[in-house]
Amino acid sequence: MKTMRMCYSVVLSMLVAFVLASTPVSAKEKVKVGFIGPLTGGTSSNGIGGRNSADLAVRLHNANPNGKYEYELVVLDDECKPDKGVQAATKLGADKGVIAAATHYCSAVAIATVDTYHKFGLPVIVWGAVLPDITYGNNYKEIHRVNGTMINQNETAAKFMTGLGYKTWAVIHDTTDYGKGHNKYFSEYVTKNGGKILGTFGVTADQQDFTAELTKIKSLDPDVVYFGGLTPIGVRIRAQMDKLGLKSQFEGTSGIVSEAFIQGTGPLAEGVVAFREGAYPEKLPGGKYFLEQYAKQNYADGPEAYGAFSFAAMTLILDTIEKTGPDRKKVRKALDKVKGQDSIIGEITFDDHGQNTVALISKYVVQDGKWTLWEESEYAAGTRKLMRR
Amino acid sequence: MDIGLLGQYIMNGLMLGMMYALVAVGFTLFFGVLDVINFSHGDVLTVGAFTGLATSLGLTALGISSAPLVVVIVFLSAIVCMSALGAFIARYLVLPLKSAPALNTLLLTLMLGIVLHEAVRLFYPQGANPQRFPSLLSTEAYSFGHFTLRVDSALLLLAGLAVIIGVHLLINKTKLGLAIRAVAQDEETAKLMGINFTLIVLVTFAIGSGLAAFAGIMHGLYYSEINFGMGLLLGVIGFSAAIVGGLGNIYGAIIGGFLFAALQTIGALALPFASAYKDVFAFGVVILIMAWRPTGLISEKVSERV
Repeated sequence: MKTMRMCYSVVLSMLVAFVLASTPVSAKEKVKVGFIGPLTGGTSSNGIGGRNSADLAVRLHNANPNGKYEYELVVLDDECKPDKGVQAATKLGADKGVIAAATHYCSAVAIATVDTYHKFGLPVIVWGAVLPDITYGNNYKEIHRVNGTMINQNETAAKFMTGLGYKTWAVIHDTTDYGKGHNKYFSEYVTKNGGKILGTFGVTADQQDFTAELTKIKSLDPDVVYFGGLTPIGVRIRAQMDKLGLKSQFEGTSGIVSEAFIQGTGPLAEGVVAFREGAYPEKLPGGKYFLEQYAKQNYADGPEAYGAFSFAAMTLILDTIEKTGPDRKKVRKALDKVKGQDSIIGEITFDDHGQNTVALISKYVVQDGKWTLWEESEYAAGTRKLMRR
Repeated sequence: MDIGLLGQYIMNGLMLGMMYALVAVGFTLFFGVLDVINFSHGDVLTVGAFTGLATSLGLTALGISSAPLVVVIVFLSAIVCMSALGAFIARYLVLPLKSAPALNTLLLTLMLGIVLHEAVRLFYPQGANPQRFPSLLSTEAYSFGHFTLRVDSALLLLAGLAVIIGVHLLINKTKLGLAIRAVAQDEETAKLMGINFTLIVLVTFAIGSGLAAFAGIMHGLYYSEINFGMGLLLGVIGFSAAIVGGLGNIYGAIIGGFLFAALQTIGALALPFASAYKDVFAFGVVILIMAWRPTGLISEKVSERV
């Protein structure tokens, strides 16, 4: 028994010695920064792409020998559910070691958490959610956003689609703040541009069967079915449209711009159009650099549509901390003043609500199983035709 | 209303009802023989659908492309695997808790369900994303005005009907069915008559889970898409359908399934408010029916359970 105990204590002291020895000698001060996104559930591919991109920003900073601090990324999962998001936000906010965070892909979650960040005084940069109210619905100085809002997105979408000669729409939207917001702004702009909404259908975000709604839409016979929602039900609606022989053009929002949508719908994805703020990573000012660095890290999953924004948000946070030191208040004040800051998504300028004033909206169409910029597609060239054109 | 449109709604409702009924029959069978509620049933359906998908991908990789053969193998593999899983659940999780309070079984199967669908999410490649289910049946479509009849949907509906008739015959016309009915009626007496109780329970769970697998593949072929969360709501709806019909009675379960689908369809198209409330409407009516007939539409005669 005694020898056993001896053995344990020897092993233990060796372990301690090993741990002590492995700590770097010239330790920089450690600073924690946060990331929250949907890492599980239907939209997790976007969340994981965002997480990897934020992680990449941290790794690149840590690899820089001139950096003042060593950063540690605290990653939390919001599952694209508001209640889980508030829990995660509270956890980050309550941890005084966390100086700032890049947060949320899902609008319903981002809007639910703004009060929490304000309460804890934790400066955050939203990297993917597009609901306008996240920045414009409050006066919280803690909340910033690098990506654009759904207002610009739907304005462009409505102009573009009416420009193609489409006249009538049926709208399906999920009944979260995200889907309702899309419905509101798209309907507003499409009517302004002379289009007509024949019917609007709210659906729950976990609905499986859309045949009843789609049958009704079929009898309304619209030129276009507009869908304001995220990938999982987007996939279902597109597949069920085919089952019912509904031959209208399918138009989505930034919520379906993902590889998962194309994998889920297969050949039915061909000719689907959608819109997203910002440019395609390859087209972004620093996009090539970002994609090269991303590839070097051998992540299992791609950066997805919003990875570049997540990378830009995290880089902006780390650059700011380098300047101001690890202090929430100082970081917040510095972020409020960001103007013309260079980043891989172009210059970032926050307005008085912390909203980046990105004007650029990209139009996408699926061609041969890939989200292709409209201008470069065969659809724009006229060699392929959208439905009913 | 346009007659073609009405036909389309009826077809949609029938497909939906068939899936609910198949799930509900499973719930009612389990309750019949063991008086337990198996809440992992919906997730067994999910695992069954993914087993079918994996099989079809495997067959494609092997170069087998004869569609009828693939369909048969996909259905068989899913049904056989899920029957085995069902029997396993019964043998190692449900039967050992037989003398414990029913609440324990309920909780245990609820947790097992979470384990099952989370396992699909984590271990199936890209399991968190919606997965495309290949169209294995003829995708030809015939249009009559607003009514589009797809050959694959019609075939699935007929196959579902055949399965339900098969279950009916199995329960009522075979010795095995007699044994199941005997166990359901009175366990002790059945044992005294020389019926192998454990075996009958295992077989019943296998049949119920096989039905869930069938419904899962049907879901995949009909919607061309499956996802790890598909079993959650199907499980709840199947359970409600079984309750509304009268738990323990397979005809009640079938009626309950079709009734629920009808309520959802009516909720989506006939009500003045948004279709987002169709589930609220359907479940609301179910609550009213349960208040009116607490033991279900076909109320259970104690002596004739199953």
